[in-house]
Amino acid sequence: MPPEAAPPAPRETRPAPPPARSGDGGAARLRGALGSWEALLVGLLIVTMIAGQGLSSEFLSADSFTTGSLDISEVALMALPLTLVIVAAEIDLSVASTLALSSALMASLWNSGLPLEFIFVICLAAGAVCGAFNGTLVTWLGLPSLAVTIGTFALFRGLAFVVVGDQSVTDFPAGYTDLAFGNFAGTFIPNTMVLFAILAILFGVLLHATPFGRSVYAIGANEEAARFSGLSVRRIKLVLFVLSGTVAALAGIVISLRNSTAAANVGQGFELTAITAVLLGGVSIFGGRGTIAGVILALLLLGGIQKALTLSESISSYWIQIVTGALLVGSVLGPNIARRVREARRRQATHHQEAHA
Amino acid sequence: MTAGLGRAPRALLVALAVLLAALVLGACGSTQDEEQSSNDGGSGASTTEGTADPNAPIKQGLKTVSIPKQLGNPYEETEHSGITEALEELGGSNRVQGPTDAAASSQVPIINSVAQQRPDAIIIAGNDPNAVAPALKQAARRDIKIVAMDSDVASDARTLFINQTSTQLIGEGQVKLIADQIGGRGEIAILSATANAPNQNAWIKVMREELKKPAYKDIELVKVAYGDDDDQKSFQETQGLIQAYPNLKGIISPTTVGVAAAARYLSTSPKKGEIKLTGLGTPNQMRKFVKDGTVEEFQLWVPKDVGYLAGQAAAALVSGRITGKEGETFDAGRLGERTIGANGEIILGPPTGFNARNIDDFDF
Repeated sequence: MPPEAAPPAPRETRPAPPPARSGDGGAARLRGALGSWEALLVGLLIVTMIAGQGLSSEFLSADSFTTGSLDISEVALMALPLTLVIVAAEIDLSVASTLALSSALMASLWNSGLPLEFIFVICLAAGAVCGAFNGTLVTWLGLPSLAVTIGTFALFRGLAFVVVGDQSVTDFPAGYTDLAFGNFAGTFIPNTMVLFAILAILFGVLLHATPFGRSVYAIGANEEAARFSGLSVRRIKLVLFVLSGTVAALAGIVISLRNSTAAANVGQGFELTAITAVLLGGVSIFGGRGTIAGVILALLLLGGIQKALTLSESISSYWIQIVTGALLVGSVLGPNIARRVREARRRQATHHQEAHA
Repeated sequence: MTAGLGRAPRALLVALAVLLAALVLGACGSTQDEEQSSNDGGSGASTTEGTADPNAPIKQGLKTVSIPKQLGNPYEETEHSGITEALEELGGSNRVQGPTDAAASSQVPIINSVAQQRPDAIIIAGNDPNAVAPALKQAARRDIKIVAMDSDVASDARTLFINQTSTQLIGEGQVKLIADQIGGRGEIAILSATANAPNQNAWIKVMREELKKPAYKDIELVKVAYGDDDDQKSFQETQGLIQAYPNLKGIISPTTVGVAAAARYLSTSPKKGEIKLTGLGTPNQMRKFVKDGTVEEFQLWVPKDVGYLAGQAAAALVSGRITGKEGETFDAGRLGERTIGANGEIILGPPTGFNARNIDDFDF
């Protein structure tokens, strides 16, 4: 097995830069907390592998990796820009609906006889427009992204049904569907994972190694301070939403080709899995903290759990939802409790110092 | 900000190393052939090599997995209980594993995982004929037999399709039923679902053809009304039909929503029992109207029998008694001998009639 074909390994990524709001000691402590969160994920991953193998002897196999990672391809793609959006203390709940709109557009344009390559461009552009629409409402009208994207969650999905109705289109050229469904050059790594790896590196570099990325952290940590220090908060957030919409549209193309079916009802609930992956990956729902590396770990974990549960002969599919939901709650609750414990300790410590002084 | 590998990427590398190690260990078990074959896109399910041996023994300890469109649908649960009945009768077992929503691609992860468990056969009611096809073809390459049931999948992705009934049989059955009830003479109307529903229109077309036969020459179809599969609209359309055609003798409503709404209207109308009503309905919806005399008899296929036939067919296929070719026959247990039709299709048969005598035997 060639190691270079391994799942995403964005070696270029660096640890999260210290959030703007904390002092030097705080930054070190936060860095420590981040590291331990990722260590926790690695631990959970190992537990999942052991438990998964216990549930089914088929779990630790190349096959499981191929099909398991194929199953979460679209969620994984959407989680990347979503990581940046959430680090900037915003949210995008409309990603799965954008994915569906992209799929629906693909169906209807293919029916009208356009060449597929041209359709891809239109779909991506439509995704960018969807993202720009979200971003404009959030930045220029100052509306909360939660409310805006709940609205566009319904709006884009509705548009998808307007575009193509209840129909589904299935006669895409086999060359493309095989590409989306197949593996990379004779390995067991699906092509979609190679696409994910490339995007993961790009987004990793963007977030962790560019001034843009540092601005995203600064905005998430303290928007007011970021604005006063001269960052164009609106422009940056707009770019993030456009990225999110575009990648969601790309995911729509991928899922349509992978399943040889484009329809308006694809990917229902994917936004929740993607958000779960981001939060489970250690990205703070309040913004300012998190890494692409953590999100990749969380995706491996989620994919592994889903695979283990579907492989098991005795566990109902409902458990996938239950476990995903529990992880979502846990990943928001966990860091919060940890922070409170740390703050309580710090207060105690300063008390001590004052008492001794 | 410091450069170099921080804790986060280091943790990631550790995780990747662990994952790779696990995969290498796991992959040792599977052969290169499988890797290769799982990668090419050719078809495998529909190939019907070899010859059928009608006397082959049923394979011992047969294991099948059935995949419904969605968990928690009572109609499908009844259907799948029929598969279990058939398998247990033959000394095997069936397990139901399905998605929690009915989106086009929700069955794909389930199919992939089930294929890894290597049952003898997969019996599936497809949510989308094409979205599930690549996964089913891969499963077929692992020597798992694929049987579609109730709603078909792409025909090159399965060997057999168990159809609950046929358009022709429904059209014929419904006309015969109303003709018997009105004594072969008088005006009738049809209360359909929506004007563009393909199955409804196909059935209505067959009914019109049937009505041209000499046996039905005294029956006149005066109107096709559309209740849009909406209870209230169907109720009002029934009312409209009865007012517009005072000599109306019978109504056919080949939709479960329509026939129940029409029955509700008739049950409180002075024309109750005078105007005959039949159609396609479920026993649970129609029971009280049959008992109070509004409806003499209506029809539907028996979902449990659809599943039972699928289970029997899958067992025969796995054991080599059939290969899926047109014209092959097999023993389908309590349903008697069955023949494979064109394109691997096996039809359960004409719809079953439900009336005061048998309705309490059914719960769906």
